[in-house]
Amino acid sequence: MITLDKVSKAFSTGVYGLNDISLSIDKGEFVFLVGSTGSGKTTLLRLLIRDTLPSTGSIVVGEYDILKLPHRKIPHFRKKLGIVFQDLKLLVDRTIFENVALPLEVAGVHPKEIKKKVEDMLEQTGIKNHIYKFPIQLSGGELQRAAIARALILSPDILLADEPTGNLDPTTSTDIVKLLIQINEKGTTVIMATHNAEVVNKLTKRVVVLDKGKIIRDQKKGKYEIS
Amino acid sequence: MKFLKTAWHHMRRSPYQAFAAIFIILQTFFIVSLFFYIIYGSTKIISYFESLPQVTAFLKSEAKQENIDALRDQLKSSDKVSDVRFVSKQEALQIYKQQNKNDPLLLELVTADILPSSLEISTTKIHDLAGISETLKNSTIVQEVIFPKDIVANLSAWTDALRKIGVVLITVLAIDSIFIMVIIISIRISQRKEEIEIMRLLGATSWYVRWPFIFEGMAYGIIGACVGWVLSLGTLLSAMPFLQHFLGPISVFPIPPLLFGELLLIELLLAIVLGAFSSYLAVLRYLK
Repeated sequence: MITLDKVSKAFSTGVYGLNDISLSIDKGEFVFLVGSTGSGKTTLLRLLIRDTLPSTGSIVVGEYDILKLPHRKIPHFRKKLGIVFQDLKLLVDRTIFENVALPLEVAGVHPKEIKKKVEDMLEQTGIKNHIYKFPIQLSGGELQRAAIARALILSPDILLADEPTGNLDPTTSTDIVKLLIQINEKGTTVIMATHNAEVVNKLTKRVVVLDKGKIIRDQKKGKYEIS
Repeated sequence: MKFLKTAWHHMRRSPYQAFAAIFIILQTFFIVSLFFYIIYGSTKIISYFESLPQVTAFLKSEAKQENIDALRDQLKSSDKVSDVRFVSKQEALQIYKQQNKNDPLLLELVTADILPSSLEISTTKIHDLAGISETLKNSTIVQEVIFPKDIVANLSAWTDALRKIGVVLITVLAIDSIFIMVIIISIRISQRKEEIEIMRLLGATSWYVRWPFIFEGMAYGIIGACVGWVLSLGTLLSAMPFLQHFLGPISVFPIPPLLFGELLLIELLLAIVLGAFSSYLAVLRYLK
C-alpha cells in the first residue's frame, strides 16, 4: 500500500531530514513510527501527504506515485488520506461541527449528507455532545478526538497521525490509541508517529524506529526502547 | 452558494476593510453616474440649440422673390442644412409685435416696411454654422448674417472638455479602486493563511480556496455600484428643481426611467468585472 524506496530528504540548510530510507507498509497495518524529536518522523509523514518532495528516491502511496503526481491531482490524492496533524490544525473560529465538516465541504458533499456524516463520526469518536462548541471550549483529549474525526470523515484508506498523544495525560493517551486501534480494526491502515514509549510498548504492533533520518529498527511486534 | 456564504463571513469578520472597499467603489460609480447625467444633459442642451434656427440672414429690401427662392433652394440642397424657413416682412412684424406687446410706444413706431424679410437656417451639425454663414454673406441679396456662434462653440467646447475630464477622473478612480481592492483582498488572504493551508492539506483545490475571495471582490463591486447609483440619483433629484429653473425652455427633464435602469445595469456589470479582476490579481499574487 505504501512503498518508500531509497528516500532521502535534504533541507536547504544541507541537513538531511531523512537519509536513504526504504519502507513498505501493507494494507490494514498499524505502524508506530518512533524516534526522538528531529529523528525524521514528521518529515516522513509530510512526504507521504506530498506536502514536500523527496530529494532522491521514490514514494508510492496507494495508486499514486508521489513524484509523478501532477499538481492538479494533489487535492484528489489528499482526499484519500486522513491526517491528524501534530498541532491539530483545527480552525479556532469554527465549531467542532464545522471543523469536522471541512473535508466533506472541500469534497463537494451535499449539506444534508454532511450533517448526518459529521454527527455519526462525532458519535464514533465520542465527542457528539461537543458538536457545536468551539475548539477553545474542549480539553486536549477532546481536541485530539475532533482532529481524528476530521481525518476519518472521508473514510480514508490510510490514516496518518503525527504525535496524536503529545501533551496528553497517560489515561487520555491510552483512550486515543484505543480509538486508533478500533479504526485500524475496521481496515484502515494507521501510521502513528510518536515518541511516547509507554503507549507503544502497551501494544504489540509494528514499530519502525527512526534516528537522525535513518531507520535503525523495523520490528513486526516491536517495542520502543529509549537508549 | 457555499462560496457566497464564505465571502459573507469574510466581510462580516472585518467590516472596516469591507467598508473601505465599498466606499472607494461607491465613489467611482457615483462619479460615473454624475458624469453620465452631465453628458446626457449637455447632449440635450446642444440638441436644443441645434434645433433652433441657427443662422438668420436678413435680406436686402430690393431682393426679388425669385432670387430669394433660388437662395433657399440652394441652401435646401445642401447636406449640411436641415431646415430653411423664409420669414416675410409681415411675419417679422408679427414676431416684433409679440416680443414687444407690453410696450405700445415701440409698436407704434414700427411698420412692416422697415423690418427686413429673412431666411432662418438650421444646420445638421453645429460645426457647419460658420460655412453656411460665409455662403450667405457672399450672396448679393443678403444684407446681414447673424448666428449665435459663441454660445454654441463654447457649449461644444465645454461638453468636449467635460467628457475628457470625466474619462480621466473615472479612469483614475477605477485604478484607485483596483489597487485598494487588491490590498484589501491581500490582507484578507494573509489573515486566513492558516485556514487556507489547512484546507489545502485536506484536499481543497486552488479554485475552492480562490472563489470566496473572488466573490468577495464582486460583492464589494455590486454593493458599491448600487449605493453610488442611489446617491447619484438622489443628488440629481434634489438638484432637479434648480436645474429646471436654470435651463428654462431647454427640456432635459424628465429623464426616461429606462435610462436609469440601463445605467444601473451597465454599472453593475462594470462593478462585477472590476471586483472580480481586483480579487483575481490578489489571489494570483498571494495564492499561487
